[in-house]
Amino acid sequence: MNQDLAEHPHTRREFLLRSAKAGALIAASSLAGFLLHDSKGPAASSDGDSGSVSLPDFSIPGLTSRMCIATGDDRTRTANLALKSLGGMETFVQRGDHVLIKVNAAFATPAILCATTHPDLVSEVVRLCIHAGAASVTVTDNPINDPESCFALTGIGEAARSSGARLALPRQTDFHPTTVSGGMLIRKWPLLYEPFKGVNKVIGMAPVKDHHRSGASMSLKNWYGLLGGRRNIFHQDIHRLIQELALMIKPTLVILDGTFTMMTNGPTGGSLGDLKQTNTLIVSTDQVAADAFGATLLGRSARDLPFIGKAAESGAGTQDFESLQPVRVTA
Amino acid sequence: MRIVTVRRISQTFFLILFLWFCVASSLGTEWWRLRGWPISWFLHLDPLVALGTLLTTQSLYRDCLWALATVTITVLLGRFFCAWVCPFGSMHHLVGYLGRRGKPVSMQINLNRFRPAQSFKYYILIVLLAASAGALLARFVRIGLSGSMQAVGLVGVTLMAAFFAAKKTTRRSARIASAIVALTSFWAALASLYAVDRMIGATLQTGLLDPIPLVYRSVNLVLLPLADAGFLKISVSQRFYEGAWLIGSIFVTAILLNLQIPRFYCRFVCPLGALFGVLGKYALWRVGRKSVGCNECGLCEAHCEGGCEPLGTIRVNECVLCMNCLDDCRHQCITYSTRPSASGEHSSPDLSRRSFTVAVASGIAAVPIMRLGGHLESNWNPQIIRPPGALAEADFLARCLKCGQCMRICPTNIIQPAGLESGIEGLWTPRLNFRIGTSGCQLNCVACGHVCPTAAIRPISLAEKRGLLEYAASGPVRLGMAFVDRGRCLPWAMDKPCIVCQENCPVSPKAIFVHEVFETVRGGIVHVAKTGESSIDLREATLKSTQFATGDYHLRIVAEGMEKRYPIGTNTDQTISLPDGRRFDEALPLGSAVEIQVRLQRPQVDPERCIGCGVCEHECPVTGLRAIRVTAENESRSRKRSLLL
Repeated sequence: MNQDLAEHPHTRREFLLRSAKAGALIAASSLAGFLLHDSKGPAASSDGDSGSVSLPDFSIPGLTSRMCIATGDDRTRTANLALKSLGGMETFVQRGDHVLIKVNAAFATPAILCATTHPDLVSEVVRLCIHAGAASVTVTDNPINDPESCFALTGIGEAARSSGARLALPRQTDFHPTTVSGGMLIRKWPLLYEPFKGVNKVIGMAPVKDHHRSGASMSLKNWYGLLGGRRNIFHQDIHRLIQELALMIKPTLVILDGTFTMMTNGPTGGSLGDLKQTNTLIVSTDQVAADAFGATLLGRSARDLPFIGKAAESGAGTQDFESLQPVRVTA
Repeated sequence: MRIVTVRRISQTFFLILFLWFCVASSLGTEWWRLRGWPISWFLHLDPLVALGTLLTTQSLYRDCLWALATVTITVLLGRFFCAWVCPFGSMHHLVGYLGRRGKPVSMQINLNRFRPAQSFKYYILIVLLAASAGALLARFVRIGLSGSMQAVGLVGVTLMAAFFAAKKTTRRSARIASAIVALTSFWAALASLYAVDRMIGATLQTGLLDPIPLVYRSVNLVLLPLADAGFLKISVSQRFYEGAWLIGSIFVTAILLNLQIPRFYCRFVCPLGALFGVLGKYALWRVGRKSVGCNECGLCEAHCEGGCEPLGTIRVNECVLCMNCLDDCRHQCITYSTRPSASGEHSSPDLSRRSFTVAVASGIAAVPIMRLGGHLESNWNPQIIRPPGALAEADFLARCLKCGQCMRICPTNIIQPAGLESGIEGLWTPRLNFRIGTSGCQLNCVACGHVCPTAAIRPISLAEKRGLLEYAASGPVRLGMAFVDRGRCLPWAMDKPCIVCQENCPVSPKAIFVHEVFETVRGGIVHVAKTGESSIDLREATLKSTQFATGDYHLRIVAEGMEKRYPIGTNTDQTISLPDGRRFDEALPLGSAVEIQVRLQRPQVDPERCIGCGVCEHECPVTGLRAIRVTAENESRSRKRSLLL
């Protein structure tokens, strides 16, 4: 064989070249094999463990808690009046701010049923934000029913767009795991985080509604709509969950709409008979206080709603709303 | 000794070794049972297993490093594995030999000629590997999109490497190489428009056709259970495998096709053979013809196992090194040397650019299409209960070879090959069936994870499985949860005492607890005709004699607002008596109504304790559709499926 090779230099060169290539192939595969070798094996579970996020404090630093209870049947007027009595929208939104409005768009039902934030109110608040100089206003929610249908049927989508806000529909990739520090429930749980990017002011806007499991759905419960995943398992411990929601987010402002209150059949409602005209709109920097007052519109008290006490206990606000000396105005 | 004799000894040795490994995959104390034997060794030797998992997980699990040995030898020698080691190959070799035996030489030459369709296996390989490569591609795209110069450089280098690799593996090289780069770029561009992770995924489907998992699966799930039923008696009871008919049919078809064309599977289908064909391109030693002395009698092609035409332009990538040509040549014109064949060589498969592109594209596209069924998302099938230690579903599918090792080792026979319940991706992956076997998942058994060749099922310790010691905080491994079907459960639906499930629950404290209730039996309101100290006569004569003598029945008496309950000792058609020694506290008023009640313990499952082992389901006396059934809710491998906070 060697003799053979010696007789054929061309063959020898071919053989050497081939050997070199074979050697390179072996070296490359061995290198890859050793570099990627995993002697331990995979870890137990990988889902939901990557990249944790958390929300900053959106409240105005140094501002003492303010609250206004406005009476009247016209949301646009009560909202304007209430904000004016707290120093105007300019107190909360300054030039160049990026504002996120978290509405309650949970159900694909018309605005008249008051199961969702009223579009007139959304338009007016967006308008006021822009008037105050906001660089951008985004309206978002992760509703229970199909998001697109919800924003279309409630009128919130159109209201937001026509008044100059951007509508952020929740996409799967918008959620990132979050953990509430000291929380037991919201741990590595998907949060609708993407719309919060670049935002420095957050306004929560919710209607006052009866809610069978928690007693009431108002400003605090509204943040439930920021969670993703199989969030309904939290119904097993809903008061503690709402307490954690109050810790998860510190909004700039909440606007609680009790122009109509859903007295029964909540939180979906579905009939005008479920509603009672209560002609009240609350604007507050303390979301616990807002809900504590909201409870009275439902004919309940803060004590009837354990989540209010729990939220107050953990320092998210006060349930003694009178201590804030709320401004009472009538439109 | 003749080289072919050495080859036959090697084949016999490895075939017997393989079969013994399969037999040894059983629990018991005998020396030949599972006791550290490397029963998955052939799977670890398999470079397609290694390459597939490398693509899907970007890691090479433990013993898969053995594949490097196979790769190294193949690069040096060519496809030695096919005709010297591969147990499936040896089976084909034998049957093919029996099939062609006695046929005229001319016919044998014709049987063993090269056929263009032999290229088909390369396409199979490409499709399977492309389907495994999605995650890796996504990773590259993500790195590329991150925008740093180093990242872009890394992606560039990788693309160049892919370019040259493609250029070398096929004959119509340059154009195919540009096709692969174009495809990768196209996919990257597409992925950058969409969310990468949802667009691209990786699935390990090589095990469907990779001969090593295939032969393990066939022997484990078909041949051994059949032999066991007859003469082997490895298992105490008959082993059953759902859908074994399909696995068996594919195996038998592959074997019988050898009668049509020898080594049909190896030549046309085998993706591992194709991979070896590519790897062996630069083999230092190769079979070839000498330039002088050949009278072209064609005998060298009569017994050619690879169908690689040693007489003409030999196809190096098809040659399986059976050495029959060397042995058959009467003039010593065939050599195994470092020199290329005098009559020329083809060393790359003949793939067309179009088909190559189609194969890559279909492999990559197959994954998102398969996943449109939503089985990895909200449409996950709760009937698919994975073995203890199984990874979260997507990671699991990135590793499972469908080799059936876990199904073979499971002492209770509950690990079964899945059908299409979790989509086509999940075909033949392990799922638990608590009706078919001899019990549920045994509390103190972790065998499946320890035989799994790729850690699709992690090798967990008993402490981890049971949530002991350092695992106390995370709790036991839960496979799912048992749900009581109150419409079928005897104490719930039919007022019959039972609670077999509660008794058999192996968890301590038990995950199944009971509510004790007394229910008045059908026709159980009767009236006192005569009272004695420890028995009453009834007005009605409607009872069946001794019907209520089981110890579970009681007499409920309500008198003056006071409720009293006495256990029933026995009864005749018209009398009821208390057990020996018991007396009524006071005489019952004549004509008063008394109720015959049954004491029931109604089972309920504690979701905090239930581990989904399925022992309750297996033991439930409602033998058809069980009254307590485990589904995968609450399984610990996925937080998204947890039932409780």
